[in-house]
Amino acid sequence: MVDASNLPASAGAKRPGQLSEFWRYFKENRGAVIGMWVFAAFVAVAVLADLIAPHDPIVQYRDHLLQPPFWVEGGSWEFPLGTDAVGRDMLSRLLHGARFSFYVGVVVVAFAASGGIVIGLLAGFAPKWVDTLIMRVMDIILAFPSLLLALVLVAILGPSLTNAMIAIAIVLQPHYVRLTRASALSERSKDYVTAARVAGASKLRLMFITVLPNCLSPIIVQGALSFSTAILDAAALGFLGMGAQPPTPEWGTMLAEAREFILRAWWVVTFPGLAILVTVLAINLMGDGLRDALDPKLKRS
Amino acid sequence: MLKFLLSRLLTFLPTFFGVTLISFAFIRALPGDPIIVMAGERGITEERHAELVRQFGFDRPIWEQYLDYLWGVMQGDLGQSFVTKKPVWDEFFALFPATLELSVCAMAFAVLLGLPAGVIAAVNRGKFFDRALMSTALVGYSMPIFWWALLLIIVVSGWLQWTPVSGRISLMFFFPQPTGFMLIDSLISGEKGAFASAVQHLILPTVVLGTIPLAVIARQTRSAMLEVLSEDYIRTARAKGLGPFGINGVHALRNALIPVVTVIGLSVGTLLAGAILTETIFSWPGIGKWMVDSIFRRDYPAVQGGLLLIAVIVMIVNLTVDVVYGFINPRIRKG
Amino acid sequence: MALLEIRDLSVEFATAGGTFRAVDGVDVSVDQGELLAIVGESGSGKSVSMLAMMGLLPWTATITAEVMRFDGHDLLGMSARQRRRIIGRDMAMIFQEPMSSLNPCFTAGFQIKEALRLHTDLDRRARHARAVELFEMVGIPDPEARLRAFPHQLSGGMSQRVMIAMALACDPKLLIADEPTTALDVTIQAQILELLTTLQQEQGMALILITHDMGVVAETAERVQVQYAGQKVEEQPAIPLFSTPRHPYTAALLAALPERATERRLPTIPGIVPGQFDRPPGCLFAPRCRFADDRCRSTPPKPASPELGLARCHYPLTHAAEAEA
Repeated sequence: MVDASNLPASAGAKRPGQLSEFWRYFKENRGAVIGMWVFAAFVAVAVLADLIAPHDPIVQYRDHLLQPPFWVEGGSWEFPLGTDAVGRDMLSRLLHGARFSFYVGVVVVAFAASGGIVIGLLAGFAPKWVDTLIMRVMDIILAFPSLLLALVLVAILGPSLTNAMIAIAIVLQPHYVRLTRASALSERSKDYVTAARVAGASKLRLMFITVLPNCLSPIIVQGALSFSTAILDAAALGFLGMGAQPPTPEWGTMLAEAREFILRAWWVVTFPGLAILVTVLAINLMGDGLRDALDPKLKRS
Repeated sequence: MLKFLLSRLLTFLPTFFGVTLISFAFIRALPGDPIIVMAGERGITEERHAELVRQFGFDRPIWEQYLDYLWGVMQGDLGQSFVTKKPVWDEFFALFPATLELSVCAMAFAVLLGLPAGVIAAVNRGKFFDRALMSTALVGYSMPIFWWALLLIIVVSGWLQWTPVSGRISLMFFFPQPTGFMLIDSLISGEKGAFASAVQHLILPTVVLGTIPLAVIARQTRSAMLEVLSEDYIRTARAKGLGPFGINGVHALRNALIPVVTVIGLSVGTLLAGAILTETIFSWPGIGKWMVDSIFRRDYPAVQGGLLLIAVIVMIVNLTVDVVYGFINPRIRKG
Repeated sequence: MALLEIRDLSVEFATAGGTFRAVDGVDVSVDQGELLAIVGESGSGKSVSMLAMMGLLPWTATITAEVMRFDGHDLLGMSARQRRRIIGRDMAMIFQEPMSSLNPCFTAGFQIKEALRLHTDLDRRARHARAVELFEMVGIPDPEARLRAFPHQLSGGMSQRVMIAMALACDPKLLIADEPTTALDVTIQAQILELLTTLQQEQGMALILITHDMGVVAETAERVQVQYAGQKVEEQPAIPLFSTPRHPYTAALLAALPERATERRLPTIPGIVPGQFDRPPGCLFAPRCRFADDRCRSTPPKPASPELGLARCHYPLTHAAEAEA
C-alpha cells in the first residue's frame, strides 16, 4: 500500500525513488542483509590481506609443522589457526586466499557478463539465421557439464589460475547470452523501443542505450549467482590440481594439499572449505535478496 | 505428440554435430605437436611418431580428418587409448555402470528427500520448519562438495568408523560382475555380507553427490508449490472437501511437478560434473575419475572420447526430460 | 428452521498494514429450496463471507460469528475434518473463473469422480455412470468424450457446466454460486443462469447467488440481500426491493440499471467502496450518498425495522418516488 503523502516525493525524483524502493525491499530480507555484510567483510579482507595477515602466506616455519589452532592443546597464539604440513600459517593463507577468490569472481563475472551481454544483444537484434546460429552454439556449450568443459579447456591451455578463469568465463557465458537475448526480445517489441526507432536511433544506440538498461535486473541477479559459481568452480579446479598451483594460497588448492592429512589434522581441511562455504553462502543470500528486490514478478509473493 | 517429438529431434541433430566438432577440435587445439605433447616425458621414437600421425590422420586435410572422425563416431569407434591401447568406447562403457549406479542413487536420494521437503516447506510457509529447511537448502546449494566429502570422511569414516573411505566394495569380496552394478552383482553373487558392503561403500558418495541436486529440488519444489497453492483450482479442490493430502499431495504437487521435472533434468549435468569430484575423492572407479586420470596421463584420445560421450548422454537425458515434460503437462501432449 | 443460519459474521485479514475487516457483522439465513441473491460491488465482502462459511479462506483470515449453523450442524465448533465431510457433499460452491477453477492436469472426469469417491460409496462403474448422468443433466453433449477431456480443451461455458456438475455430484442441499456468469460471454451467461435456476427447482436445493449485477437478480431471485463494504445494508424479497428500495445504496444500484434509465446518460454511483485506509467514521456509504448529512458522517447507523428492509441507514427511503428522484 502506498501512502498518498509519499506520492509527490517519489514522483518528483524518479531515480533515487527507484533506488530507495529497491533498498526497502532488499532490507526486508534479513538473510540478504547478513549476506551483504559478510560479503563486505570478505572484500575488505581481500583488499587488506597484506596488512592484516600476521605472517607471509608462503613462508615455511619448519619448527611448527601441523601445529593445531590456539584453543587446542599444543597450539599457540603465534599461529591462531595452526599451521599446515610444511609449517605455513593457516590464518595468513586463508586471508590471502580471499584475495584470489575475489579476484576470480570479479574477473570471471566481468568477462562472462560483458561477452554474454554483447552476444545476447546481437542475437536479439540480428537477423534470424544469426540468432539461430548463436543459440545453437550456446546449446552446444551447455551440453557439456560445466566443470568437465572447464577441466578440458584447462588441459589444453595448461593448468594455472589465469587459464582456470578463462575456462570458467567461457563456460558461464552462455547463461548471460540466453538471459540477455530473452529479455532483449521481450523488450524489443515494446512501444518505447518502436518510438526510439521511429525517432531515428541507430541500431547500436537502440541495443545498448535504449534496450540494455531495461534488461539489467535479471543480469545483475545472474551476476551475483555466477560470482559464487566462479569461486566454487575455481576452487574445484584448484582442488583437482588444474587451477592455481602450489604454493599459491588459493582455498581449493589448499584443500588439495591438505587431503592426505585429513585424518591427522582436521584444521588444515576444515578452515579452507569453511571459508569457501561462508563466502559462497553470503553471495547466494545476497543474490536471493537481489532477485526478490529487483524482479517485479516475484515481488508480491 | 509426434510433431513435438520430431521438433525436439530436429534441434538434437545440429547440437550433436556441434558436440562432435568440439571434441574433434580438442586434440587439434593442443599447442604444438599433439603427439609430442601426449608423449610428454615418456618420449617417443621416430617410427612410433610417424605411425601415430597416420593413425590420427594428421597428414591429411582437416575436413577429411573430421569426416573420418564422424564416420568413426557413427560406428562407435572413438579411437584407442594412448596409454592402455584399448578402444576408448570399451573403456568408457566398462566404467559407465559404476557412474550410473552412483548417479541414480544420488538422484533418488535428492528426489525422495527434496520433493517432500519442498512440499512441507511450502505448506508451512513462513513457519519455523520452512525457515529451517530453506536455510539448510541454501547451505547445501552453496556447498563446495569436495570439502563436504572430506568432512564426511573425517566424521563418518574417521571418528565414527561407520563407512569405508573409498572404492565400491571391500577387497575381501571377489565375484563375477555380469551387470556392472555393484548392488545387483553383490546380491546375485550370494556371498555373505557382499551386498551390505556395497551399500556401505555407496552411502557417502551418494550423499555427497546428491547434496546440491537435493538443495535445488527442495527450493524449486517449494517455490512451484507456493505458486500453485494460490491458484483457483486449489480452492475448487478444497471446496470438494478434500483433505490436506488430496490438496497438497495430489492437486498441487501434480501441477508443481511440471517445473520441478525440468530442474531435475537440468541437474543431470550438475550430477555428472559433481561425479568428477566425488569419484576422484572416493576412488570410485567410474568415468568421472577416469576422465581426470586421463587428463593427468595426457591420454587425450580417451579425454576426447569421454567428452563426446558425456555430452551425448547429457543431451539424451535432456531429450528424455522434454518427452516426460510433454507427458506430465497435458497442454503440450494434446495441444 | 432455516437450512443455513449465520449471525453477526465478521472476517478480518492480517495484512502488512494492520488488520483489514472484510466482513463486518453480516447475517445470512436461507431456507430449504430457497433462492437468495447477495448483491454488491466488488470489495463488498460478498464472496468472503461465503468462503468463510465453507472454510476456504487462507490462514491469514480470522473468522468470528455468533451463530453459524448449517442443516443442524454447528459450523463454528466443528473440526476441519468434520467440516470437510459436509462441504462438497451437502454444501457446494462454484466460482467466477471456470477456466482456472478446474485443475489443468486432470481430466474433467477425474475431477468429478473424485468428489464421488470422497463422499459416496459408489464403485468405479457406478461413479462413471453417475458422472455421465450429471454431465447430461447440466447439458453437456457427448458426455463420454468430455469426461476424458482436459480443461484446456473445454470452452468457458463448458467449464462452468463441468463445475456445476461437480458441485451437484452428491445432491447438495445448498449451492453457492459466486458470480457464476461474470467471466462468460453474454449469450452463455443467460444459458448458465437458466440452468442454475432450473436445477435449483428440479433438485429442490437452496441456492445462494452472489452477483454484482442487479439485472441477474431481477431475473432469478426470491429474496435479495444487499452488501456494502462488508456490511449488510438491506434485505427484502425481490419484488418489493425493486419497487421500494429502502437504502440509498440499493436505490442507486437500481438506478444504474440500463433498463431503468430515464435519461440519455446512465446514472452512476460516484467514488469507490472504501478500502482498508479510508473507512469513514459514520455510515460507510456516506461519502458517496446524495442524502448524507452530518449525522450520517459521524454516527454509524443501526439496521432499521424489517418493514423498512432492515436498511442500515439513518433515513431509510419511504417512497418509491423519492428513490427515483
